[in-house]
Amino acid sequence: MGDLKLTYQVDGGDLLQAGEASSQMKMALKKLDLPPEVIRKASICMYEGEINMVIHADGGHVEVTVGMDAITIRLVDQGPGIPDVDKAMEEGFTTAGDVARDLGFGAGMGLPNMKRYSDEMEIDTTVGVGTTVTMRIHIA
Amino acid sequence: MMKHSVILEYKRCRGCTTCIKNCPTEAIRVRRGKAAILNERCIDCGKCIQVCPHKAVKSVSDSLEKLEKYKFRVALPEPALYGQFQNLGDVDIVLSALLEVGFQKVYETARAAEILSDYARRSLRDGGEGPVPQISSACPTVLRLIRMRFPKLIPNIAATITPVELAAILARREAAAETGLPPEEIGVFSIVPCSSQVTAAHAPEYLQKPVLDGAFSIRDLYLRLLGPMRHLKERRNLSSAGIMGVGWAYCGGESAARLGQSYLAVDGIENCIRMLEEIEDGRLPEAGFIELRACTQGCVGGCFTVENPYGARMRIKNLMRGLPVSRNRFNLQGPDRDLVKGDRELQYHPALRLDQDRGAAMEKLLRIDELFHSLPGLDCGSCGAPSCHALAEDVVLGRASLEDCIFKVRERMQYMAGAGEADEYLPAPFRQRRTPEHRGGSHSKEGGSSP
Ligand SMILES: Nc1ncnc2c1ncn2[C@@H]1O[C@H](COP(=O)(O)OP(=O)(O)OP(=O)(O)O)[C@@H](O)[C@H]1O
Ligand SMILES: [Mg+2]
Repeated sequence: MGDLKLTYQVDGGDLLQAGEASSQMKMALKKLDLPPEVIRKASICMYEGEINMVIHADGGHVEVTVGMDAITIRLVDQGPGIPDVDKAMEEGFTTAGDVARDLGFGAGMGLPNMKRYSDEMEIDTTVGVGTTVTMRIHIA
Repeated sequence: MMKHSVILEYKRCRGCTTCIKNCPTEAIRVRRGKAAILNERCIDCGKCIQVCPHKAVKSVSDSLEKLEKYKFRVALPEPALYGQFQNLGDVDIVLSALLEVGFQKVYETARAAEILSDYARRSLRDGGEGPVPQISSACPTVLRLIRMRFPKLIPNIAATITPVELAAILARREAAAETGLPPEEIGVFSIVPCSSQVTAAHAPEYLQKPVLDGAFSIRDLYLRLLGPMRHLKERRNLSSAGIMGVGWAYCGGESAARLGQSYLAVDGIENCIRMLEEIEDGRLPEAGFIELRACTQGCVGGCFTVENPYGARMRIKNLMRGLPVSRNRFNLQGPDRDLVKGDRELQYHPALRLDQDRGAAMEKLLRIDELFHSLPGLDCGSCGAPSCHALAEDVVLGRASLEDCIFKVRERMQYMAGAGEADEYLPAPFRQRRTPEHRGGSHSKEGGSSP
């Protein structure tokens, strides 16, 4: 049986839409009757990545691949890139502005959460070109 | 006459002065050993409920038996409810549980809040409505306060009804469409964090007629919900509001949802009063929007909540991370566009006015001032009024007698008994003569004190 591929567009101009794609993915995963813990991890990873895309990178798209043994989430944007990935991965590091902070973002916890809840994570980023974050969550 | 939900349980009241001292509108007196609320002045802030050491002041919310009158029952939970439970991983759990304690439908008040936020952003884009700064219309206590004490600022209040009112209108429509039942068989009930929202459910500020069939307190439902939440029969996907709507539960959430407009978010009734004084005097020209909430931290601090406001706020913030930013828009069409607004103007409520006639009022003010200066200025509360000034006013308005002041009585005693003896008629803090065991103020002067 082939893998299932889901694609979501994330509109960067519209902060109000942020998190929508994650809700849709969560709903789709529920329909596949995957283990709740797997759905939870995938939802958190996708949510944090999607919010980052909107707040820091002016949007992009997400490819979700559901295979028999893992879910792969690939977030692709053409944003400003991350100059220092190690720094960005630190808990508490943020460059978020006031509007995002008022809504509860900007704790510098997104990337650390993505790392914690995924089984594998890779960041491919070039300043001025964009960022691709790939995460895999194993289906035990 | 305004209806109120704050009441006194007569038997429990010991006639202490805690409530009269804490009431922000000086609406309580002690008479014949019991507290008495001056209805005209009460703004249902719930402060007296929170401070009463004997739990004698209460607020009556509707009895849950009221549900039985309706065939189809809709619950409108305020987002503050979500902050009351430990380890609530998902809003769906509490919403699903509501369907197991007597309701057939749930409509989150947070959804209506998001619609109102979207409406506000749109009108901001079109240049804004009314004078600047705009003042939030969401807290009924603040509206009553402004109507009574800051009438000049009435035009600054946003023209929109409260989230729970809009939720009631929209939920009732949905319920009617879904069930085909006649309106009188559909009961729409809010689940609210404060006395103010109970009063508003029956006597709305901006609406001529109530749109709710009743209001239940978060406290009343809390224990009932715990069991079903632990052993849910069915967990449904009911959550349909985002960060913006849920954020209205705490002070600052409404402002944040306006996306970047300069704002001030103020919590606590005393702070609100201070802020309104400043706005009235034009001292805050920078702020475009003022969010005022009578309770500490906003609705999470209401007198009907279970969790402390700070804990509840933290929990709500944790729940928000994971929710989409916003899931409801202002997409009402045609005449429905006006649903977000009330059908009447806010009226000045002159409860502080001394007399309808300006001349008579001036005269009374002069007499109050005179009397006030003849009083000791200790604000001891023994007379049953919160302050000497309040007593002076009560005397002039015929609500009290000067003899209620223990110091005035003392003067008379002194006259009758001769100098010196009158001390016996005063409580210890007010006695003039030094007693051996209380050396008082002279102690430090003698250099004998060590910190
Ligand atoms: N897709 C991206 N493009 C550009 N910069 C990014 C991207 N994702 C993250 N960053 C940078 O990495 C920083 C840390 O990201 P992280 O998600 O950990 O925290 P945050 O988004 O700032 O706050 P929080 O996630 O707690 O709301 C961000 O502030 C931003 O500078
Ligand atoms: Mg982030």
